[in-house]
Amino acid sequence: MKKNIWINIGFQAGALALALLITTLILVAVGAPPFKAYVGILGGAFGSTNKLVAVLISWSPLLLTTAGVLITFSAGLWNIGMEGQMTLGAIFATWMLRLLQNTALPPALIITLGILAGVIGGALWASLAGALKTFGGVNEIFGGLGLNFVSTALTIYLVFGPWKRPGTGSMSGTQPFSRELWLPTLPNTELSLWALGLSVLMVVAVYFLLRGTYFGLRLKAVGKNPKAAFLLGVPTWQYCMFAFLLCGMLAGLAGAIQVTGVYHRLLPNISNGYGFLGLLVAMLINYQAIWAAPVAFFFAALNVGSIQLQIVYKLDSSFSGVLQDLLVLLVLLGEGARQRFLRRQ
Amino acid sequence: MLIGLAGVLAVAAPVLFAVVGETITERAGVINLSLNGMILLAAMGGFVVTYETGSLLLGFLSGMLIGALVAFIVAFSSITLHQSQVAVGFVLALACRDLAYFLGVPYMNLPGPRLPVWSIPLLRDIPVLGSLFFRQDLMTYLSYIVIFLAWLWIFRTRPGLLLQGIGERPAAAFVRGANVNLMRYVYTIIGGAISGLAGPAYSLNVKAGWMGIQSGLDGFGWIALSITIFGGWNPLRAAFGAYLFSFLQWLGLVLQARLTGIPTQVLQVAPFPLMILTLLLVNISDAEWVGRMLAALPEGTRRRVAKLLRTMRASPPAGLGVPFESE
Repeated sequence: MKKNIWINIGFQAGALALALLITTLILVAVGAPPFKAYVGILGGAFGSTNKLVAVLISWSPLLLTTAGVLITFSAGLWNIGMEGQMTLGAIFATWMLRLLQNTALPPALIITLGILAGVIGGALWASLAGALKTFGGVNEIFGGLGLNFVSTALTIYLVFGPWKRPGTGSMSGTQPFSRELWLPTLPNTELSLWALGLSVLMVVAVYFLLRGTYFGLRLKAVGKNPKAAFLLGVPTWQYCMFAFLLCGMLAGLAGAIQVTGVYHRLLPNISNGYGFLGLLVAMLINYQAIWAAPVAFFFAALNVGSIQLQIVYKLDSSFSGVLQDLLVLLVLLGEGARQRFLRRQ
Repeated sequence: MLIGLAGVLAVAAPVLFAVVGETITERAGVINLSLNGMILLAAMGGFVVTYETGSLLLGFLSGMLIGALVAFIVAFSSITLHQSQVAVGFVLALACRDLAYFLGVPYMNLPGPRLPVWSIPLLRDIPVLGSLFFRQDLMTYLSYIVIFLAWLWIFRTRPGLLLQGIGERPAAAFVRGANVNLMRYVYTIIGGAISGLAGPAYSLNVKAGWMGIQSGLDGFGWIALSITIFGGWNPLRAAFGAYLFSFLQWLGLVLQARLTGIPTQVLQVAPFPLMILTLLLVNISDAEWVGRMLAALPEGTRRRVAKLLRTMRASPPAGLGVPFESE
């Protein structure tokens, strides 16, 4: 048993080393100094308080999408549509804020209603993918992806059409909301403890939901073997729909937080890849909710750090994406190699 | 009008390569979900190789090589390492996309070489058909051939029958002496190479050059994957889907000039709701509630509706995505 632990660690470390080796070769190929680039990412993420704050701001939506997708993964579903669900969350939140911004309601209430609207928006968009899957037989991967593209078009339409800034619409988004409608932040930073607290709370909630409740157990049964679960009396399609709804709510919350806490307006591409990144984090942690927070933090740091890379070394910031993708890919392959090695023995 | 339709055939070439390649892969029982990113990487790589060497042939070959390599990773991870094809394919789709955007930066927006038009003597003089089919470029001709060859191979040859076997009933094929996993490797790599042609066929022909995120190629692979489903894993029906898709896209462009009220971005995503709708049509007859609804209809109508649903229906190879172990 003890030997197996060392074998596990060996394969994991090997996968990480191989991923780093490949990215290093890629950096060498484009003529960038690899060591300096890695140090640059670290510096870009942790070099100053402001940068650390930026990492924490980016951590919050990633925590939410990771938590959400852990629920759908438990039900054996690939919710690739999280990008769209997050976007719809942002759209609904913006819509609610626009509706109420000139009323006499207290700002705190408006913000709360805006976030709730975002949660509902994400859930609605997710239920669409879920309904296509359960009632139409459309694989959730294609349904979700299609809806992602539709949501992007919807955002662009709104930003350039009905919700455009006074004058002409632009890619920089809708007119920013007035300061009262921003989520309160720590003084001199853009970090909202509300957003961060809510996100951490949701990860903890999902951890206990999947681990310690009857619902979580049955959801996993549906994911592992839907036929057996159905025969044992689990209402299978209701559970699938519910998983979609919960995941959509969390993604919608992430979108609403981007609007109320970070950008204070609706932007094209407001989901910013967090939906896909949440899927990657969930795969990297092998669907174990307990690891969600640290790994999501690491990924957020890579994202923020690579912005620095672009400024200093003129390297495209998609480098963090390459690093993250290869990391997940090689960990998946490493896991396969480990299982094969253990079978052989 | 005729020029427009001839353009549809040319624009459809990359879609056809992608769809035919994926059809072959999935026929063998493997899903290569990496298509979207792989095609972007092949488009970038093909363009860069041709730009640096001046050789179009090398550009197309490197697109095929990238397709084959990515397909090899899919095959290795799923067949040898027993990892989820969906997980690995999805991660590869993201990895290749990010890699294409990262590596392609120095080559953005350069004026690129482009495949010349080669009209075929004699054939080009046939009225209507000549200017439609035979005043095209080499890749478009190749796309006609690939559809036909793939169809012939799958449905009219012995190895093709075996290919169907390893996708439908791998255990039965194994008992009859087929090396299921080796053949799955081979077909996945061949399918990947054909799909890989889609990249350079786009970046060296349809829309020459590499424009990063502006290339308009993101999402293309997902459409191709859904056309594969719509095509019911038959190259001919898949080709019909690809042409239909390209035609509708062209129609969108024509309409866009007429209807100035609709923003460009909205028409650009029109393929995606369409994709969902076609998948719905293809799959809906399997849903339980449809069966119940049908049972409630009067007999004559029921028959007709059921027949309509059956013709649209497409069921995947039974062994699709299921790993095979000989023990």
